Amino acid sequence: MKLTLNIWRQNGPKDEGRLVAYEMKDVEPDMSFLEMLDLLNQRLVLEGERPIAFDSDCREGICGTCGFMIGGVAHGPMKMTTTCQLFMRNFKDGDTIFCEPFRSKAFPIVKDLVVDKSSLDRIVQAGGFISARTGAAPEANSILVSKADADLAMDAAACIGCGACVAACPNASATLFTAAKISHLALLPQGQPEAKQRALRMVARMDEEGFGACSNHGECEAVCPKGISIAFIAKANREYLKAAVTEEPEPLMRV
Amino acid sequence: MTLDSRIPSGPVAEKWDRHRFEMKLVNPANRRKYKVIVVGSGLAGASASASLAQMGYVVDCFCYQDSPRRAHSIAAQGGINASKNYQNDGDSVWRLFYDTVKGGDFRSREANVYRLAQLSANIIDQSVALGVPFAREYSGYLANRSFGGAQVSRTFYARGQTGQQLLLGAYAALSREIALGQVIMHARTEMLDLVVHEGKARGIIVRDLVTGKMSRHSADAVVLATGGYGNVFFLSTNARGCNVTASYRAHRRGAYFANPCFTQIHPTCIPVTSEHQSKCTLMSESLRNDGRIWVPKEIGDKRAPKDIPESERDYYLERRYPAFGNLVPRDVGSRAAKQACDEGRGVGPGGRGVYLDFADAIKRLGEGVVRQRYGNLFDMYTSITGESPYSKPMRIYPAIHYAMGGLWVDYNLMSNVPGLHVLGEANFSDHGANRLGASALMQGLADGYFIIPYTVGDYLARVSPKDRLDTDHPAFVSAEKDVKEKLDKLVAVDGKRTVDSFHRELGLLLWDKCGMARNAKGLEEALAKIPELREEFWKDVKVSNEGESFNQSLEHAGRVADFLEFGELLVRDALLRDESCGCHYREEHVTPDGEAKRNDDKFCYVAAWEFQGVGKEPTLHKEELTFENVHLAQRSYK
Repeated sequence: MKLTLNIWRQNGPKDEGRLVAYEMKDVEPDMSFLEMLDLLNQRLVLEGERPIAFDSDCREGICGTCGFMIGGVAHGPMKMTTTCQLFMRNFKDGDTIFCEPFRSKAFPIVKDLVVDKSSLDRIVQAGGFISARTGAAPEANSILVSKADADLAMDAAACIGCGACVAACPNASATLFTAAKISHLALLPQGQPEAKQRALRMVARMDEEGFGACSNHGECEAVCPKGISIAFIAKANREYLKAAVTEEPEPLMRV
Repeated sequence: MTLDSRIPSGPVAEKWDRHRFEMKLVNPANRRKYKVIVVGSGLAGASASASLAQMGYVVDCFCYQDSPRRAHSIAAQGGINASKNYQNDGDSVWRLFYDTVKGGDFRSREANVYRLAQLSANIIDQSVALGVPFAREYSGYLANRSFGGAQVSRTFYARGQTGQQLLLGAYAALSREIALGQVIMHARTEMLDLVVHEGKARGIIVRDLVTGKMSRHSADAVVLATGGYGNVFFLSTNARGCNVTASYRAHRRGAYFANPCFTQIHPTCIPVTSEHQSKCTLMSESLRNDGRIWVPKEIGDKRAPKDIPESERDYYLERRYPAFGNLVPRDVGSRAAKQACDEGRGVGPGGRGVYLDFADAIKRLGEGVVRQRYGNLFDMYTSITGESPYSKPMRIYPAIHYAMGGLWVDYNLMSNVPGLHVLGEANFSDHGANRLGASALMQGLADGYFIIPYTVGDYLARVSPKDRLDTDHPAFVSAEKDVKEKLDKLVAVDGKRTVDSFHRELGLLLWDKCGMARNAKGLEEALAKIPELREEFWKDVKVSNEGESFNQSLEHAGRVADFLEFGELLVRDALLRDESCGCHYREEHVTPDGEAKRNDDKFCYVAAWEFQGVGKEPTLHKEELTFENVHLAQRSYK
C-alpha cells in the first residue's frame, strides 16, 4: 500500500508546531500503525532528520501509553481499539492520514505526538484508592461482593488511562476517566468508608487540573478503547451529589 | 567472594517465621530518617514503594514510563496463584510449594519457594482490600480457574486483565503515598547507573527522559524492581521499553547475574507474520482450560481446519500427556509445538503455528459462556490477525515471555552488593528453570508487599542515615561522568545502521541459537558472533542527535548497547549448563521420549556470574541447591 501521512511536528512545548507530509511506500496490511511509524522513523534517522516522537509501550492495548488523533479521531477509525492495536488493513491504498497529538489544556505537548498526561495520575492521587495498609487486610472471602457488582466494578476498572476520552471531548473533560474510578470503588463494600471524600476530592482535582466539565456529548464513550460506558458518569454524579450535600472535601492525612 | 544465601536454619515451614523474629527492626520514629530508592513501578516496585512508605520510610520511586500505572505487569492476563484451597480440591501451601519446585525443574531455592507459597494467601487478602475486582461466584465468594502445571484450581483472576487490576491496586496504594508526600515519584526517568562506594549501594544516576538532563540520587538502600530481559531477543511478549539496563549496569558495578540462560518461552502467542513486527502478543494460558491444541496428522496437510476430520487431527498434548493434557507446563507445551512444526505439521504462513481450537468448548458451553470467559482475548486476536476464533481455530506459536534468571539475591532479596535489593522478575530466586503460569504476579507482590518491608528494615537497622553520601561525593560524580560519556559516544558514532537493525539481528541470532532448543555448536557460534556485532554497533550505529532533550532513539540505543553485552553472558551461561532443565533445552541431553534430561550430579546449582570487563570472561560463582523436602526426580506430566 502507498499512503500519505500528515504528521504534527513540534520540537518541544515552545515550538509552534506544523503538519509535515511523508510519503509511505510498501506499507503492509499486517503492519500495525505504530510499526509503520517505526519504519518511517528508521528512514528519518538514516536521512539525518529528527524522528517522530510518539509514545507506546506494551503494544497490546493494555498499558494506555499510546494514543494520538488519527484522521481526527482519538486512536483512529476502529471502535474499541488503541492506536497500537490499529492495523493497516483497515486503511486503503492511496489514503491520506492526519496524525495529531491529543489536545487539551491539561495535556501539555512534550514533543510531536507526545503529551504529558500526568494530570490523570494526580486525579487518582486525590482519592482514587482505598486506604488499606499493607498487612491490615482481612481474609479475602470475609468480604462478599455479588457477582453483578463485581462484574460492573470490573467494567469500570477496565479503564487504561489513555486519555482518549479527554481528547475526544469538546470540553476536554476527564469526567469519564474520573467517573470510572469513582464507580469502580463505590460498587465494592471495601470502597464505602471513603466513598464520599473520594468523590469530592477527585472531582475537585479534575477541575483544578484544567479539565472541562461534562455536558453529555458522549464522544468519550465513542472513542474509549475499553468501551467504558457513560452510565458510570451518571453513577459518579450520584456519588458526588450524595457526598456534596453532607460533607466538605477534607485534606488527605495519615492517621 | 563466597555466596551466602542466608537461608535460615530449621524446617522449611518454620524458616520465614523464625527469620522474621530474628531480623532487626527500625523503630517507627527512626524510619523517617532513612531514604530508600525503588527503581521500577510494576507489581514489585509499586507494592514495595507503597508498603515501605506506609511504614514511614522516605521513598524515591523511578520509572521510565510516563506513569507508574504503565509498567508491563499490566499486561499479565490469566491470573494469580494462591493456596487458599477455596475449591476444596486438595490444595495447600505444601502443594503450591511442591508444584512450583517441580515446575521449575529443581533449579530454584526451596526456602524461597516455600515462603512464596505461604505468602500467596495474604496477597489475595491485600488485593481484595485494595479493591481489586476479582471474579466472583454468585454467592459473592471468590472464583478460581485452572492453570498449567497444577491439578488443582487455585488461580484467582479478573477476566483476562488480572495483571492490570493487581497493578492498579498497587498503583492506587502508591498514589496515596505520593499524595501524602511519603513517596516522591519520578516518572519518565531512567536509571543509568548504580553508585557503589566502599562495597555498598549508595544511590543511582538517572536521566530525565523529557529534558535529557542527568541527576544523582543518594539513599540508604536501593531496590531494583526493573523486570526481565526478554527483549534481548528483540521479539518477545515484553513491552517495547522493557530492558536489562538497570540490572546490567548494577551487574557491571559488582552485582552477580544468576542463571541468565533461563528464559521462558510461552506456548500460546500469536505467530510472527511480518518482518516489521515489533513484538509478539501473548494469548493467555487460561485459554488452555477450554481450548484444545492440535495439528494435522499428515505432514503438509494444507486443508482449512474445518475440512480436516476429527480422525485426521493430532491433539498431541492430550495424546502425549494424558494426565495434564492441554495444561502441561509452559516449557513442555512450547517444545511440543516446536516438534510438531519441525515435523512439517505446522499450520499457517511459514508453517510455524499450531491450532488452539474452541469448537468443542463452544458446543459444550455455548458461545455466550466462552465470550464471557475469554471475550477480550478473542477480540485482541481478531484485531491483530483479522480472523475470529469463534468460527476458526486460533493459530498460536511459542515466543519469549519471561526471564527466570536475574540478579542473584539471598533469602532477604539482597544482592551480593550490600544495600542493593532486587525484586520480582529482576531477581532469579523463585522459578528455577521454568515458571508456572500465574506465578509471576504472585512473586512480584509477595516480594513487594510482604518480604522487602521486613528485609530492608533488617539492612537499614545495621547502617546509619548519617553515613548516607552527599551527591557531590566523588563516587556520584564519577558515575555520572561515565554515563554521560557513554551517551555522548552513542551519538558521536554517526554511522549508517539503525539501532533497530542491530537489535533485530541480535534477537534473531539468540532466538536461532539460544531459543527453544540449544546445542554446544550453535552456542559457540553465537558466542563468537555477538562480540563482532557489538563492535559493529559501536562503529556504525546511527542515533538521532537532538542535544539534551527528549530523544527516544538515544534511549533505545543505550538499552541495545547493554543487550549486546548481556546477550553474550546469556549464551555463555547456556553453554556452561551442559544439561537440559525446564526451559533450557540442550539437544545433547534428552530422554528417549524427547523430554529435558537434567544432570543433578553436575548442575544442581545456581550459576552466578561476576563481571570482569566487556569481552572478558566473567567469573562463575556457584550456589549449590539442596532439596530436603521435594525429592529430586524426573518431571512427569503423563
